[in-house]
Amino acid sequence: MNRGLRDFHGGIHPPENKDLSTQVAIETAPIPDKLVLPLQQHVGQQSKALVSEGDYVLKGQLIAAAEGYVSTALHAPTSGVIASIQNASIPHPSGLSGSCIIIESDRKDEWGKRLQPLDYEKVDVSELLKRIREAGIAGLGGAGFPTSVKLNPSAENTIVTLIINAAECEPYITADDMLMRERSEQVIKGIQIIAHMLKPVGCLPVECLIGIEDNKPEAAETLEQTVKQLHLEHEISVVRIPTKYPSGGEKQLIQILTGKEVPNGGIPADVGIVCQNLGTAVAVYKAVALGEPLISRITTLTGRALEHPKNLEVLIGTPIRSLLNHCGLQQIKLNRLIIGGPMMGVTINDLDTPIIKSTNCVLASTSEELPNPTPQQACIRCGMCAEACPASLLPQQLYWYSKTKDFDKALNHNLLDCIECGACTYVCPSHIPLVQYYRFAKGEIRAQEHDHTKSEHAKQRFEARQHRLAEEAAQKEAKRRERSKAAKLRQQKATIPPHNSESESNSEDKAAVIQAALERVKSKKDKTSKLTPEVSNGSAAREEE
Amino acid sequence: MNLLSVSSPHLTRTGGTGDVMLLVILATLPGLTALTYFFGWGNLINVVWATTIAVASEALILKLRGRSLGFYLRDYSAVVTGVLLGLALPPFAPWWLTLVAVSFAIIIAKHLYGGLGNNLFNPAMIGYALVLIAFPVEMTSWIAPRSLASATGEIAPFVDTLNVIFPFHSTTTFDAMTMATPLDAFKHKGDLTAEQVWAAEAVLSAKSWMAWQFVSLGYLIGGAYLLYRKVFTWHAPISMLLTLALISAAFWLYAPNSFASPQLHLLGGATMLAAFFIITDPVTSATSVKGKLIYGGLIGLLIFMIRTWGNYPDAVAFSVLLMNFAAPFIDIYSQPRTYGHKIHK
Repeated sequence: MNRGLRDFHGGIHPPENKDLSTQVAIETAPIPDKLVLPLQQHVGQQSKALVSEGDYVLKGQLIAAAEGYVSTALHAPTSGVIASIQNASIPHPSGLSGSCIIIESDRKDEWGKRLQPLDYEKVDVSELLKRIREAGIAGLGGAGFPTSVKLNPSAENTIVTLIINAAECEPYITADDMLMRERSEQVIKGIQIIAHMLKPVGCLPVECLIGIEDNKPEAAETLEQTVKQLHLEHEISVVRIPTKYPSGGEKQLIQILTGKEVPNGGIPADVGIVCQNLGTAVAVYKAVALGEPLISRITTLTGRALEHPKNLEVLIGTPIRSLLNHCGLQQIKLNRLIIGGPMMGVTINDLDTPIIKSTNCVLASTSEELPNPTPQQACIRCGMCAEACPASLLPQQLYWYSKTKDFDKALNHNLLDCIECGACTYVCPSHIPLVQYYRFAKGEIRAQEHDHTKSEHAKQRFEARQHRLAEEAAQKEAKRRERSKAAKLRQQKATIPPHNSESESNSEDKAAVIQAALERVKSKKDKTSKLTPEVSNGSAAREEE
Repeated sequence: MNLLSVSSPHLTRTGGTGDVMLLVILATLPGLTALTYFFGWGNLINVVWATTIAVASEALILKLRGRSLGFYLRDYSAVVTGVLLGLALPPFAPWWLTLVAVSFAIIIAKHLYGGLGNNLFNPAMIGYALVLIAFPVEMTSWIAPRSLASATGEIAPFVDTLNVIFPFHSTTTFDAMTMATPLDAFKHKGDLTAEQVWAAEAVLSAKSWMAWQFVSLGYLIGGAYLLYRKVFTWHAPISMLLTLALISAAFWLYAPNSFASPQLHLLGGATMLAAFFIITDPVTSATSVKGKLIYGGLIGLLIFMIRTWGNYPDAVAFSVLLMNFAAPFIDIYSQPRTYGHKIHK
């Protein structure tokens, strides 16, 4: 299809290394003995476990429920016994562990009750949203945002374009590529469902664009054929975009395909766009048309430390170790193990870390293909980073501001618009780990903001208290005045004789008040005098000690 | 298991800052070749001598600062400073003049500010400006190109040139051969019209002028190569050359007899060297695209103003240093528009 494509600023062309894992068809990974299912596999609130140790669960059974709106459900990927619910390694940059449900599989892989397949054209959109939520679908592209939330844009935003992200711009990763080649019908049908859901009643259908980098000609052709077979040429367009990292960044892909920019601090829906990952479309198809929850995905196992790199259909929760062994891991060669791609992936140390819903790639690399970092040289402000930055930032300036902790200036240079794609670090001739500097600065800024809000709250609390106390005092004062005024009036009424001048009544008043005060003082003195001996005794006793 | 734990990105391009600097050094070769061909061995000897001093000064300071010599010397930034000064100083500049300029550039202008990446001013230009102010006589005597140097059209022999630069054992003098630069000649034209100067001055004779143009062409070729290799972007050099050309053309068209022609401005002095090797020093220049355009343009303007109304025939060093002052300020007001942001505040 001939569309006027736009370019985005910057970008890089790292070696692709994609053909490592496209030599063989997708295989189904063997069911492991043990599955580890983190309760936090998505953006938002952690899911709430519904099972306890010793429970027997069937494949597809709900084992953890969504907690709150932005959250997802979790299902047993196979049948077995809940071994425990405990902390275990999760694929997270912090390297910290998280709460996980651990299932010991019984190898029967026995399905529980499946959900009713739905005909998407005949049921209400709310029914479809509910289904996607029930199926526990979170974006399969990497970020893991709950899909039902994304497919339910606020009423203010009219969605005109659905973008399916099939760019797969990171080197090494081929999961979406292989998915398109082998299961294009599921892909297109999933897209059809999503497009249907975004079309408000009585409105024009949304324009649907599949953005795919032109380094995947086979996948693009297969998709086009499928679109033709299903007679959807007028609804779905397969758009080949030039291969350039990070074209698969949501904001960049939107810019390439539509020329629009997601406004600062906004979401794509603000400009009438919803962007979904290709794998997510397949998950939606399975949930709606087959009634299957999200319990497996396609993951690329690649890197030169593997003898047989390939794409595997794996159960969510499969420990990476079993997959690596399946692909012929050469332990001696393994130097860096990455979940995700080489540009934005996360290194892990524990081979028992599981595959989660957003794990698109496991990269087992040798020290030759991804050499250890070299010492950093001085920044000479050559500006290659600025030329590579897809957000049009000035990385060389942000580097200085981050390094010197000049966070105001960093914010002024829009540090928070950095998407951490790593293009700047890739091109830096001085080997400065720029993204790491920005992560540090962002973290510090977040911490500062947190402290600031905390102290702001404390200040507000203090001021509210002061205000309340002052108000109470003022009320007391007002009441007192009222009382004295009333008393005055009463007195005036009581001593009505006309010859009494005002000044006299005043002086009488004062005399009465003085008298009363004196009496109060006297009674107080009596009390203190009674107390005094004890007090003095006490202090004497203390002195003796 | 001992796996590497680092945060992304994991992939970086090979090649380092040293490679960039080596490219710059390589790109000076056409200019150096032209200089040597037309003006003799002087500049080549200067380049070698200046580089030696530069590396020695750098090593000395690195040692004093307790830095690893091997690691820091391999960024070749000191070599670049040495080479550029060797090219810019007159061919027969005495050894001590080069010594003063280069050691001042490396020790004072570079390392006292914190070394590579931290210096506010272009070290080579600081060194050049220092000796230009301190030793004006030595700095303004260039030599005649080969066609005018002797009847046979030979350049001065290597050993003789060496003896002039390092006059320890010999008293060779080349008084007869010293000659002003084209810009200098034009500067001191007095009441003569431009046409008369071109006719009267030997340095502006066809043969001599051709030599100067070839040197500029050499730098232009080197610059084009660096642009092709993406060592820097076109913005600063083109902005500078265009500004200088346009302004000088405007004045020249207005009064051709009083003002130097754009051709003289562009090819008669250090303009090309400045455009592609001096103002493209990223450390001391403005950094954004918009900033580089402003930075380059203002340098072009300053060069024209100082050459025309100032006291110095060539004006590259002062123009560059003045704009080095302004670069951080330009940076603040020339941020590009970030993705998703409206017009920048």
